[in-house]
Amino acid sequence: MIPSTIEPLLSVSDLAKSYGANEILKGVNFSIKAGEVKAILGASGSGKSTMLRLIALLERADRGEIVLAGRRLGVADRAGKDTAASERQLAHQRRDVGMVFQQFNLFPHMDALHNVALALTIVQKVRKHEALEAAAEMLNRVGLGNRSHKYPRELSGGQQQRVAIARALVLNPSVLLFDEPTSALDVELVGEVLKVMESLAADGMTMIVVTHEIGFAKRVADEVLMFDRGSIIEQADPETFFGSPAHERTRSFLSHVR
Amino acid sequence: MNFDFSIFWNALTSLNYVSGAVLAILLAVLAMVLGTVLGFLIALARSSGKRWLVTLSGVYVGVFRGLPTLLILLLAWNAAPQLIPALRSEAYSPFVAALISLTLVQAAYMAEIIRSALLSVDAGQPLAARALGLTPVQTMIRVVIPQAIRIAIPPTGSELINTIKYTSLASVISLRELLTTAQSGVSTTFRYAEFYAAAAIYYLVIVTVVTVVQSQLERKFLWTSKDLPSASQPEPGTVTLDLKGTKA
Repeated sequence: MIPSTIEPLLSVSDLAKSYGANEILKGVNFSIKAGEVKAILGASGSGKSTMLRLIALLERADRGEIVLAGRRLGVADRAGKDTAASERQLAHQRRDVGMVFQQFNLFPHMDALHNVALALTIVQKVRKHEALEAAAEMLNRVGLGNRSHKYPRELSGGQQQRVAIARALVLNPSVLLFDEPTSALDVELVGEVLKVMESLAADGMTMIVVTHEIGFAKRVADEVLMFDRGSIIEQADPETFFGSPAHERTRSFLSHVR
Repeated sequence: MNFDFSIFWNALTSLNYVSGAVLAILLAVLAMVLGTVLGFLIALARSSGKRWLVTLSGVYVGVFRGLPTLLILLLAWNAAPQLIPALRSEAYSPFVAALISLTLVQAAYMAEIIRSALLSVDAGQPLAARALGLTPVQTMIRVVIPQAIRIAIPPTGSELINTIKYTSLASVISLRELLTTAQSGVSTTFRYAEFYAAAAIYYLVIVTVVTVVQSQLERKFLWTSKDLPSASQPEPGTVTLDLKGTKA
């Protein structure tokens, strides 16, 4: 058997998605090994966020495959044949994939602690007091132990995003997806969120990060992917990617964000 | 003819008025509860995307918002038993007829309130819930509905107040609610001002209580760690973001 360090944890092949006549994702391929961090760059509308939503099973792909730890996602085995998974089956498969959104999307009617504990109790059926303990521990880990009883509206954007990270992390996903996690934040709040993400990477979390933070991609990513009009046009280690980008579009994009 | 305060006071404190008020409250609250349940189902049907459900629920809302409530009461009490023999039984009392009528009307109004409340919950909320592995039903119950309730409270309070006042229409089908009680006082004494004023006081008190309860409920839905409304102000040193304005 091939050692798991070489086998990719997650692989995506020929993944495509259209909205009406507009083909947002034109059949992309890539894979990520356990413990790796991939940064994804690209202009808005290039298909980055759509790909994350497909991997998180929040939308159905038109074609292509997503395989996580040897299991094909989005399909269910029915009498030996692969068929589209039902919403319930998708809900079950989503447990292994964590997602952090640009707009945080914390639940405004719960304090930070219950935001983090909710899915533990009702999805993973963990006992209430154990879930709250685990949630408190996770809030400590993102540096918000003293904010656990605050409601989202009482927290800064940076704090809200850290709660959102804790909420995804507490379910112990095998891969964590970030959809422009700092784009909605004021400049002075970006750092605290990136710091949490860096410490996750250092702890060996497998992460796919759609971002415009070039510094973060340089420091943390094992590989950087460039999206353009629904395709991956460049894929390289950060040094090569930022040092000597091969594609003209990448050079032009980088000159604009720097 | 002067306003006779003692007639007014006797009416106000009489058992007839108290039981009339209780009947009005009971009818209004039951009609609202049943109307909300029915309205929720109609709201789901209207936003289901299934064509025949959307059409059917749209027709329902159109009919019951379109017809005068008084006409619906008369149809339920006078017309329906002529067409449906089962309704000629003793059990089909004015209260039951009024309850069915007001429930059907309130369901139409509540369906629209609930539908718009569900629509106004940010699309990112069910998205985040689904990403955490919640099923569609769990997402609805734990994430969407609590936020929709907050939005629906003020218009629902108005609807409850309307329903309380609509119960007076049931006087035409001889339900002994507040207005019928006042009318029967008037019919024997011709003291319009005193008996109507006593009824007016009851309506005002009931509506005031509803208003107070509603504002208490709204405070519960402020979603802050403190009880005071001022707690919604950010603490010094924290930075808040205009989330609506930063959509990329």
